[in-house]
Amino acid sequence: MSHPATDPDKIIGTTPDNALRNADRADARADGPVLAADGTPLKRSLARALRAQKLRALALIAPLLIFVLVSFIAPIGDMLFRSVENQIVKDTLPRTVVALRDYDAASTELPRDEVFEAAYYDIFYAAERKIHTRLGSRLNYEMSGASSLFRKSGRGLDDVGELYQDQFEALNEGWDEAGPWVEIMADPEWVTEQAAWDAAPEGRMPRFELREGIAEILPRTSEAYETFARFTQVEEGDSPLEEEPWSAVHTALYQDLSATDLSGYSGPRADMLQAADALVESDGFETVAFRDAFAEVDEDWVEPEIWQTIKMYSPAYTSGYFLNSIDMQKTADGPALRDADERIYGLLFWRTLFMSLVITFSCILLGYPIAYLLSNLPSGKANLLMILVLLPFWTSLLVRTSAWKVMLQQQGVINDVLVWLGMVSDDGRLVMINNQFGTIVAMTHILLPFMILPMFSVMSTIPVSYTRAAKSLGATNWTAFWRVYFPQSVPGIGAGSILVFILSIGYYITPEIVGGTSGIFISNRIAYHISSSLNWGLAAALGSILLVVVLILYWAYDRIVGIDNVKLGG
Amino acid sequence: MKLSTTLLATSALTAAAVAAHAQDMADDMTLVSWGGAYQESQNKAYLQPYLEEHPEVSASWDESSAEAVAKLRAMNEAGNITWDLVDVVASDALRLCDEGLAMELDFNEVLAEGDDGSTPEEDFGDLLINDCFVPQIVYSTTFGYRTDMVGDTPPSSVCDVFDLETYPGKRALQKRPIDNMEWALYCDGVEKDEIYDVLGTDEGVDRALAKLDTIKDQVVWWTAGAETPQLLADGEVVMGSTFNGRLFSAIAEQDQPIDMLWDMQSFDLDGWIIPEGLPEDRLARVLDFLKFATDTQRLADQAKYISYGPARNSSAPLVGQHAELGIDMAPHMPTDPANATNVHLYDYEWWADNRDDLDAKFQSWLAQ
Repeated sequence: MSHPATDPDKIIGTTPDNALRNADRADARADGPVLAADGTPLKRSLARALRAQKLRALALIAPLLIFVLVSFIAPIGDMLFRSVENQIVKDTLPRTVVALRDYDAASTELPRDEVFEAAYYDIFYAAERKIHTRLGSRLNYEMSGASSLFRKSGRGLDDVGELYQDQFEALNEGWDEAGPWVEIMADPEWVTEQAAWDAAPEGRMPRFELREGIAEILPRTSEAYETFARFTQVEEGDSPLEEEPWSAVHTALYQDLSATDLSGYSGPRADMLQAADALVESDGFETVAFRDAFAEVDEDWVEPEIWQTIKMYSPAYTSGYFLNSIDMQKTADGPALRDADERIYGLLFWRTLFMSLVITFSCILLGYPIAYLLSNLPSGKANLLMILVLLPFWTSLLVRTSAWKVMLQQQGVINDVLVWLGMVSDDGRLVMINNQFGTIVAMTHILLPFMILPMFSVMSTIPVSYTRAAKSLGATNWTAFWRVYFPQSVPGIGAGSILVFILSIGYYITPEIVGGTSGIFISNRIAYHISSSLNWGLAAALGSILLVVVLILYWAYDRIVGIDNVKLGG
Repeated sequence: MKLSTTLLATSALTAAAVAAHAQDMADDMTLVSWGGAYQESQNKAYLQPYLEEHPEVSASWDESSAEAVAKLRAMNEAGNITWDLVDVVASDALRLCDEGLAMELDFNEVLAEGDDGSTPEEDFGDLLINDCFVPQIVYSTTFGYRTDMVGDTPPSSVCDVFDLETYPGKRALQKRPIDNMEWALYCDGVEKDEIYDVLGTDEGVDRALAKLDTIKDQVVWWTAGAETPQLLADGEVVMGSTFNGRLFSAIAEQDQPIDMLWDMQSFDLDGWIIPEGLPEDRLARVLDFLKFATDTQRLADQAKYISYGPARNSSAPLVGQHAELGIDMAPHMPTDPANATNVHLYDYEWWADNRDDLDAKFQSWLAQ
């Protein structure tokens, strides 16, 4: 974008930049550093002056810069980031994701029993935090049915813990009370502190600590109880001293007791634990395998599909949304094209580009003569015309679009006139709305001022004398226009085209109202995913692609036409 | 000087009183609804009577229900909930509850008992579809037709929508798979109670789309409920689906030559949810209002202004006449026995599971 008047290398005179450059040259000649009046090297003194100037300039634009950063760049960045972000699976099912690490998503087999165990605890804890259904909604974008699967499982998996809880409770009522559990699991010091806090709640609750050594004896139970106690403290603000533990803790206790021998245990409540140990070892103790419990909740859990989906979407970042937005999907064997009856985005991207181009060209065709007229009329008449051009700007977008509906529909103004004139029969009324034609007409009308204004401002600076000179040298009207006038008006066309094209590529209200099925844009799908399906990741991916396409087109335009040839004003 | 001191002291006292009061219950409420006649019916039946009882409260309406799900999620992420009570349809309520954006309620505790002494859970019955959603009305998506464009034999079955020979002309259908796919399968000979089993298979989806294909080039697809009455009034379409209350106002209030086709009307619910994460004082106020606004009498009152059926069983006998037109409202209710001889019960859970998938197929079919 170099220009003789602004190119820094061509400005001569006493600017700090030039002085700095002169000082550089002097240094290069090795005469020793040039000194300023106060004896400091000129370079340093100048640099200081320059820095102050730059800081002042920065301070002046700072409000705008901060405003743009906070209200524009940051939200867009955040939105684009969602197109790859996928923490939810890892955060909601941390144990399952680890257990699935060596599971091959391409295999058609079910994962190991450890995975079912991990999933049981994960879903149980997620259900307590009421976030399991959120994960269900997320996975439902990839696998139909995941939504209700997780909704059901939140409650359904309670049966497992209750089975053990009931049996322990039948043995000793103490297993369903808070007290004995605290004695077994909690650090006595913490118990004293917590009891003091319960008596006089002040400040923060003392953080729950496990009793020393219990984690080695009952590892799973310790983990489950600790999760329960911390959740009770933090999320519910209750004291674990008074809450009976979740049924998942009983499940963990059963697992620990069946794995270890507690005959040597001598800690608190040894009798209770040893009795429970004996009960677990006895023949009459009822158990249920985790896998069977999952099958009981829903048969889908014993199909590989859900596990493959969890495995494929377990990383914190995913390409899934981008694949979806180009009609592909993640499969166990890598990305694959979707079924033909589910492809839509490719078609919509192509249609959006095509229709935006058509709209841009029709704006050029309609706008050029008007802009020419405006710039060549005497100013009184030109102003009147200008008001007519600007009038649509002052009318609501929805009103203008709805007006086109009244004009174009089959029982509308245009069809009525045509039938009255006898040009079409009453049965053969033209279909001009709810299709591509309607969208193109309505959008051309709405965007026309954006084409006319830049054209006009460029054309009004073209001196009339050039065309006159061409004609006096023997050019015909056409040659004078085509060889002399038109080339000078190209920057206006360029600016108008970029404006109209970029505006129309992101339009969605007008296509939504008059577009029917064949006249809708990709932005209508983006709006749908933002506001109805809540699939913000997919919306973000579609938006990112749209942004990249616009940038590529802009780059291509710059290479072909040259962005210096675009002028918004004289 | 003296006067101003007194004034100052008084206003300080008032301020203190207000502040003390505010700790229990906030005095501002923002209610979110759909705008138009429906919101007006809520305003007249619930809000104005409540404000008369509680003059210290001020309330404002926000007409954002159509974008409620997305906006609630954005508010939740920003940690700044500006809404107190939000009116949504059942499928949105299911999604909001799943996403943890709506508060779970103990209905028997927070809602009023029925006038007949039934507990709230008995009174609302099956309409309580999850733990977050307090239904207000039953509405239906059903068809209306132009009486002057259907000849001597007006349509009597939903399958007449698919009969282009007897009823030529355009039809208006909602631009979404829900309801349309079910009607298509039903008219393709699928038993009513097997519709969702069939729709659950790829062949079933193809079958429904093939049936819709037979009328595809005669369909105008709508997205806003007001479009169909407008299209019918203009004579652009012969018949079209929309919400029954919209058709009621076109027929009874605007005297358009339109009649209702109740066959296979698709029942749906509309009701309140409370956003998750309200501060205590606002929550206390909104619970107080919710209890009042969903009691037996209030729900029955709403039917004076709009033809949607009250969600409580105990409200049905209290439904009276239209407030301005003076006509009996009962025969215009979707739940009226004469209208509800053949209804379609739209399965929220099934659609929650399959909506993303079917919507992709439906949109792809539309675009072809």
